[in-house]
Amino acid sequence: MGNPTTRQPSLAALFRGFVTIGLASFGGGLAAWTRREVVERRGWLDDSQFISGYALSQLVPGATNINLAVFIGTQLRGLPGAFACFWGLTLVPLIIVLILGAIYFGVQNMPSGEWFSRGLSGMGAVAIGMNLGLGIRLARRNLRGVPPFLIVTGITLAIGILGFRLPYVLAIAMPVSLLIAWLSRGR
Amino acid sequence: MTTTLIQLAMLFSFLSMLAFGGGAGVIPDMQHAAVDVYGWMTAREFLDMFAISRAAPGPGSQIVVLIGQKAAGLPGAAVSFVAMFLPSTVVVYFVARGWQRAARSAWRSIVEYALAPVAIGLTFASGLALARGTETDWLLWVITAATTGLFAFTNVHPIALLLGGAAVMLIAGL
Repeated sequence: MGNPTTRQPSLAALFRGFVTIGLASFGGGLAAWTRREVVERRGWLDDSQFISGYALSQLVPGATNINLAVFIGTQLRGLPGAFACFWGLTLVPLIIVLILGAIYFGVQNMPSGEWFSRGLSGMGAVAIGMNLGLGIRLARRNLRGVPPFLIVTGITLAIGILGFRLPYVLAIAMPVSLLIAWLSRGR
Repeated sequence: MTTTLIQLAMLFSFLSMLAFGGGAGVIPDMQHAAVDVYGWMTAREFLDMFAISRAAPGPGSQIVVLIGQKAAGLPGAAVSFVAMFLPSTVVVYFVARGWQRAARSAWRSIVEYALAPVAIGLTFASGLALARGTETDWLLWVITAATTGLFAFTNVHPIALLLGGAAVMLIAGL
């Protein structure tokens, strides 16, 4: 599609890129790892393409990061690209989870490992911070004017603090955001 | 055995379609079904599996593989994987195709403009909700806040951040 800002990767490169993302994402933080790999390091998508894909992946039900991988693969190389990104992201972690599961079920009485769960909780806290930091990065680069920031604040408070269910919040936020976008078109 | 496989397939394809905003939202529903409804495992075992799936690299929603493995062995793991990921990826595939076809249309640029604040808002919202659900220690909140700033405003390598977070918690526990 002749977009000058992006390059067409091979299927093998897509697969390898998502293997990297899957293996790096200890404790979560997959969206941040995906943007790092796909936008910053390899330049397959620019930021605005990434954001649209990320938003649509969140709007479709299911695991957001797997949706995002399939979306990116489809955009870049169609159906084969979707398969390359999906299996790149899931194959190695799947094998690791199966092995860990087999060990866990075999040992039955897993030693409770206080130090292990402490280290793990620290990595989980970092992964959450990475995704929040990604939000700040994306906001600084891609939002212009006050209305988009009000929408960000509204969604964050409604779901993150007040605990409203996501579909209801989106049913209000999405039309408002579309209206703002339509009113400010052409700027 | 076959009954269990059918139960796994129905459970996860159903929850997959309910998982708006990501897989983390339906974890409590998975726990309810696996522990209380079908009795595949104890509550303690479910929490261990949740910890394992978070510790392992890759998407946290791979907990469904562990649930399936416990309920019905390798066939259970395979059925759960397909049931959880196939429905939503098919939907995303067609959304992506439609998005591509609209590349030059006027409505796509309006939708693009409207989606950006929604994506960013959902990122903050899910991060906060996850932190409120899992971070019982004030030190974890400090780590999350510090990581947020470092990741947003510096180029510190994420691996260094992950190791740092683990190290802080280990040292604090001595």
